[in-house]
Amino acid sequence: MSLVSTSEQSVREMLALVKDPEIDSVSVLDLGMVEQITIERDSVEVKMLPTFMGCPALEIIKANVENKLLELDWVEKASAVFVYDPPWTSERVTAEGRQRLKEFGIAPPPEKLGPDGAWHVDCPYCESTYTTMDNIFGPTACRSILYCKQCKNPFEAMKPVSTMM
Amino acid sequence: MKSVQEAQADPKYKATLTELLYQLADDDFIIAFRGSEWLGLAPHIEEDVAFSSINQDTMGHAAIYYQLLEDLGEGDADALAHGREASQRKNAVLLEEVNGPGHYLKKPLYDWAFAVVRNYFYAQAKKIRIDSLKNSSYRPLADAAVKINMELYYHLLHWKTWFTQLATAKGEAPERMKHAVEKVSADMGGVLTLGPKGEEMAAFGLIEPEEVLTRRWHTEMEKVFESLPLSLPPVQSKHGNGREGVHTEDLNSALTTLGEVYRQNPVASW
Repeated sequence: MSLVSTSEQSVREMLALVKDPEIDSVSVLDLGMVEQITIERDSVEVKMLPTFMGCPALEIIKANVENKLLELDWVEKASAVFVYDPPWTSERVTAEGRQRLKEFGIAPPPEKLGPDGAWHVDCPYCESTYTTMDNIFGPTACRSILYCKQCKNPFEAMKPVSTMM
Repeated sequence: MKSVQEAQADPKYKATLTELLYQLADDDFIIAFRGSEWLGLAPHIEEDVAFSSINQDTMGHAAIYYQLLEDLGEGDADALAHGREASQRKNAVLLEEVNGPGHYLKKPLYDWAFAVVRNYFYAQAKKIRIDSLKNSSYRPLADAAVKINMELYYHLLHWKTWFTQLATAKGEAPERMKHAVEKVSADMGGVLTLGPKGEEMAAFGLIEPEEVLTRRWHTEMEKVFESLPLSLPPVQSKHGNGREGVHTEDLNSALTTLGEVYRQNPVASW
């Protein structure tokens, strides 16, 4: 941590306040979307990784990041740019992010995929493992719809994406 | 591997690269549009959610390719997507074809068998292309391919499931699937071809040769058809080669509809 400058630290603190527009408990840092922060005097550039390419929230997130950083006294210019390399994968969601997704009622992405690409998540409400996949495609590009046979709640899970696919 | 600057400095390389990018962009763009016309009309609600999610992803893929073209100085990505005439488009004719008779707002008589077969055949061809593009000599395209591949995995899984289930279902499904396979095969050649500049594309290491990719597609298809009561007819390009700018009236009507709002004020920011 000693290598992280105080200005970078203040940028990170601001980024922790920029939430996913649809999941207001999870920040762009929690989601692992922040790849690099470059600071030059009064300007900040944040390299970000898009989760899913067609996600309509990307432009909103970009604007929110830039506006948030401009709130810092010393920042005159802030830009967020999306890059594809390295690709965002669901493994980038942090431990804290995983916890916050669960609090929101969304199961965090599974940590392991089966050899055939199949995956399983537990219910974010009752933790039961007795769940079934309802629809791999959910209300947004990054989520799937599942059902818990234990507590009889439908729930969503963050869809795993990996370069192994 | 070449960067944007290196590609810019080599006119022949750049011309071949942009040709490939237009094909990739226009293919995804038009099939995503045709898919979006199914919204609210898919066989059941879960499919409506899934299909629109796939279309959203696919439109996102088209947007990356148009952005790569913009980065090479081809003009604004939105204008490339909405503003080009049919004769300038490089998409395969199969992907522009209407979903069926009727209109989505009035009386759509869309054919789900055609949707399944067209999307399955296309997703498999796209998967083979994307796997090859991961090793493209153009770095930004190779990076994009890695990203697209992760989403495409789910699309292919989805369409393959529909395809095999309907082909082996009871009732009218197998017969309708047989007709759809014939219809799609008649123009699938237009998807598999890399067009007049295909050889240069391979020579520049942008993508592997068309013959190699086509053979791979057939190999994947044979594996699936083997266990089904269906056969794959010869693949043709009955309605012309879209890579050469040859298109049908269906593309004109699609462009008129999808560009309607854009043309009202091309400089507006959405």
